[in-house]
Amino acid sequence: MAVTVETHPTLTEAAQAMARGDAVYLGGGTGVMRLINAGVIRGRVLRVTDPGLREISLSGETVRLGAGVTMAAVAGHRDLAILHPVAGTIGGPAIRVMATVGGNLFAPHPYGDFATALLALGARAVMAGGGGTRPVEEVLRDRAGGRAGLVAAVEFARPRDARTFGWHKVSRVKPKGVSVLAIAAVLPREGGRIRGARVAFGAMGPAPARAAAVERVLEGQSLDAATIARAAEVAAEGFDPPTDALASAWYRREVAGVHLRRLLEEMA
Amino acid sequence: MSMKPVTLTLNGTAKAGFATDGQNLLDFLRRGLGDLSPKYGCGQGTCGACTVLVDGEPHLACLMLAEAAEGRRIETTAGLAGATLHPLQEAFMDRFAAQCGYCTPGMLMAAKALLDRSPRPTREEVIEAISGNLCRCTGYEPIIAAILDVAEGRASA
Repeated sequence: MAVTVETHPTLTEAAQAMARGDAVYLGGGTGVMRLINAGVIRGRVLRVTDPGLREISLSGETVRLGAGVTMAAVAGHRDLAILHPVAGTIGGPAIRVMATVGGNLFAPHPYGDFATALLALGARAVMAGGGGTRPVEEVLRDRAGGRAGLVAAVEFARPRDARTFGWHKVSRVKPKGVSVLAIAAVLPREGGRIRGARVAFGAMGPAPARAAAVERVLEGQSLDAATIARAAEVAAEGFDPPTDALASAWYRREVAGVHLRRLLEEMA
Repeated sequence: MSMKPVTLTLNGTAKAGFATDGQNLLDFLRRGLGDLSPKYGCGQGTCGACTVLVDGEPHLACLMLAEAAEGRRIETTAGLAGATLHPLQEAFMDRFAAQCGYCTPGMLMAAKALLDRSPRPTREEVIEAISGNLCRCTGYEPIIAAILDVAEGRASA
């Protein structure tokens, strides 16, 4: 069966069309087109032309990124400086003008750097067709079964102090490379103590996920050498990383703590 | 299989053709419009051999639906030379920056996108600009040197 591309003017109409039977949503194309090229994806492919999907808006400290906002748009936006190192290291320039925020939430392992950062930022996904909002965490959990639904935008509160956000990507090729693993951390401090730690790993499992053990160690502590050492010890706890062409599961578990320690030392 | 009419501007000339459903821009350019300058390498967005400019921005033609190029301005290596070669082409020759040549059209377009936007890039900016383009023959140094030659005005125009 060949591919049939349906073009819809709005995401709401695409969501309705999606409900009529099996279909794949085509965002920026960096993930889906390669599968169409390889003949893996057949049947209905849906795309949306609404330019509103590419909107970036800031209201107070709330940032809203349309699902169609590209990595290049994020990396070039002066008010999104904390995300520049994240978006700016995803692929080369020709990937970044195509790859989208929404698509990254559904990018299979080892991709999903941006989703990792959104997870640490506590972002919520705005669902298409008035479906309300859901934590990005839930979208990442449900995406495997195709139950996540269509995402229209993501929203998150920009950290008041940019220094509370940390990003560390490990790749074999510089400056562009796929993640061996990636770590995003948001560590707000109150009186020198960490309150509301959020740490997420990318490429350490089927989807980006929070490092609950690390968060427990950090919570309520000051970011000193002893705390950092304890966090590094439990870095891989709860993760069952895959083995692929970039690294083995053993290697990822071994180095997770090393890289977490480096990130936390930078943030201390 | 349904066919979709696509009209676009290719290297300054209006072109029209019919794209098959799901056909990527690279295949449409090569088979539909007869421009063989963008190369089919991996078909996965990894190698950059199919890099073309869409409205001045580098895009991987293999990852773009042909029908999504409707009304857009496409530039390929076939459009670089006028009566004489483009300075980038001259510099690539002078620096022996092509061996098998398969990556060259993508490298040239990635470099053109950079120089159009930033005529005096740093070495780091050059490296970043071609970071999505793989070369397995000459290595990257002659390519970087060729692009910097044009940026610094050393290449003959």
